[in-house]
Amino acid sequence: METLMALLIGVLFTVGVFLLLSKNLLKIILGTSILAHGTHLLIITMGGLKKGMPPIIRGEHVSYTDPLPQALILTAIVINFAVTAFFLVLAYRSYQELGTDNIDKLRGIADE
Amino acid sequence: MNNLVILPLLIPLLTGIFLVIFRQNILLQRWLSIVAIFSTGGVAAYLLQMVADDGIQTLAIGGWEAPFGIVLVIDMFSGLLILTTSIVSFSCILFAFNSIGLEREQFYFYPFMLFLITGVNGSFLTGDLFNLFVCFEVMLISSYVLISLGGTKVQLRESIKYVVINIMSSTMFLLGIAYLYAITGTLNMAHLSVRIAEVGQQGLLTTVAILFLVVFSLKAALFLYFWLPGSYAAPPTAIGAIFGALLTKVGIYALFRMFTLVFYHQPEITHLLLGVMAALTMLLGGIGAVSQWDIRKIIAYNVIIAVGFIVSGLAVFTSTAVAGGIYYLLHDMIVKALLFLLGGTIIGIVGTSKLKEMSGLIRNHPLLGWMFFITVLALAGIPPLSGFIGKVLVIKGTLEAEFYWLAVIGLLSSLMVLYSVMKIFVNGFWGETYLSKEQEKGTTSGLLFPCILLTLVSIGFGLGVEGITFYVDQAANGLMNPDIYIKAVLKSP
Amino acid sequence: MKSNDVILQTVTKIVTFIILTFAIYLFLAGHHEPGGGFIGGLVITSALTLLYLAFDIETVREGLPVDFKVVAAIGVFIAVATGMGSLLFDQPFLSQTFGYFNLPIFGKTELATAVLFDLGVALAVVGTGVTIILSISGDA
Repeated sequence: METLMALLIGVLFTVGVFLLLSKNLLKIILGTSILAHGTHLLIITMGGLKKGMPPIIRGEHVSYTDPLPQALILTAIVINFAVTAFFLVLAYRSYQELGTDNIDKLRGIADE
Repeated sequence: MNNLVILPLLIPLLTGIFLVIFRQNILLQRWLSIVAIFSTGGVAAYLLQMVADDGIQTLAIGGWEAPFGIVLVIDMFSGLLILTTSIVSFSCILFAFNSIGLEREQFYFYPFMLFLITGVNGSFLTGDLFNLFVCFEVMLISSYVLISLGGTKVQLRESIKYVVINIMSSTMFLLGIAYLYAITGTLNMAHLSVRIAEVGQQGLLTTVAILFLVVFSLKAALFLYFWLPGSYAAPPTAIGAIFGALLTKVGIYALFRMFTLVFYHQPEITHLLLGVMAALTMLLGGIGAVSQWDIRKIIAYNVIIAVGFIVSGLAVFTSTAVAGGIYYLLHDMIVKALLFLLGGTIIGIVGTSKLKEMSGLIRNHPLLGWMFFITVLALAGIPPLSGFIGKVLVIKGTLEAEFYWLAVIGLLSSLMVLYSVMKIFVNGFWGETYLSKEQEKGTTSGLLFPCILLTLVSIGFGLGVEGITFYVDQAANGLMNPDIYIKAVLKSP
Repeated sequence: MKSNDVILQTVTKIVTFIILTFAIYLFLAGHHEPGGGFIGGLVITSALTLLYLAFDIETVREGLPVDFKVVAAIGVFIAVATGMGSLLFDQPFLSQTFGYFNLPIFGKTELATAVLFDLGVALAVVGTGVTIILSISGDA
């Protein structure tokens, strides 16, 4: 299972980096988002993949899963959600204002 | 347990939320944010005295004790930084009253400023690594909004780059956290320190340490500073000032914390790397500052040089050098904010940021001119002013530890700083006066008061250095002896 | 442009209430079972989004004249304020407590302060979620 996850994370990172290096702003946003998903998968894999009960202590002897990575991921997903949303709005606004979504044209040498 | 510890986080947060609800009332926005920052500073000063008297104060949120729950920790180092943050942000918000413009004020300027300060204070206070990430993000999301607020073309263009770079570094931060959790099974910084000391910092941990080094260097603009000059020069002065004074410093704080508390076992790799990066930062930043003819860019490059200098104190890793680094960090927060504010005032008067198009301002603005001169001296580290003691101690520390190359580059960087800011002074204030009072594009009314305030703090810092030596020494002592921090957090005897 | 979405609008009128009921169930279930303020808030947001899709933004704004940024702010305010409640009792920030009460209709019921915190979370999620959707969806 861990090997499979490692491969999946690797694929996600590859795709993310590839998109991040493109010149289209929208692709870059998708790239950051995919990278973030890869990271979240990595956190849950690093926390140890195992089957078990939810970590609510009721006194019976059963194995519990580690709640910490899940809490971390939940927080990270929310933060990533907010950042991506902001980035989308920012990209839309700058497309309206600057008239391009090509990163090459955003260097800003012209007005310096 | 001490519930006061949460207040530097709560006061700005609650005020910010409150101001979102009362968006239209600008007068309320202004005064409430000033009151909030002032009271945060008051609480910080009170806590600082408490730490000096009774040692490190902690608060386990929700009663979940460390290492299981989230703890907030205030030691001398973070206390000093929170107090300085309050002073700096107080002046920046005062400056914003007369310079930021009604449109931005109505579009949640003050709430996001307060959220930014919440994030900064939270990063200084938190005792575990994941919470550090969260506070970083609170700070960064506010900074994304602030940098693009107003939506001019330059701002939008630069904020895209700023956002992409920071998302990348946040992703790497999470990667580092994941690896560290897999290796040690904890994220509480004190507990991490204990566990890593137990198992020894082997190759794998050092690799993770370098991953963190990359992350925090991106945030602190240590060597990986390519994003900084553009994005810090884009927003209006008050926002640029608070960015230059606070944001990179949070990265520096994280570097200091991680590489004195957690990853201090292999200084021959990690701290040497820090030293090399610091040296390169000073050199390249210095070259950048010297070569620019645009006030905003010169100031932005000066931020970079200072980062290199402060981190070289950490790289040497002796108590003298670390104490010097702390002195210089505090000094730099104040003086960089002052430099941004003065530079912004000059740009406001002349209407351009290009040095070659201005001259002779001192005839009509003597106070501004002399304050700028004092700032230049303080930046260069001329004796009675605030930069002196930090520079002396860092250089002394580097020489004692026989890092001669670092000392030479540090001194060289001082010269480059002096040259680059003196260039602004000579070109802007000397020479023939082109502009008469009537031809000026903007006024200085209301803008000089916050500058005077910061100048006085800077002079006071320099002259009254005896008074704060006790605090800085305790902070450096706390950093050099991680056991003090660990005992206070984990409540171990 | 006049589009013909009678079916969507009719279904939405019914489904919205089902979704909102489910959201309230999830919100209250959160104390011991999967659920809670975050999920509840997201489900409420999805109901509102459905409304925005079926009718247009202007129509919904007439029926629901609420600034969702303020909703988010009030939500965070409630969440932080419940945390501050523990300061009054000299407990660590964000401490929680619960007790069992005999209520007239429900009988013996468990009431917990965490629910208040969750209410703040739910409002914050609804506020930010709708704000984000509205600002992405165009020049709102």
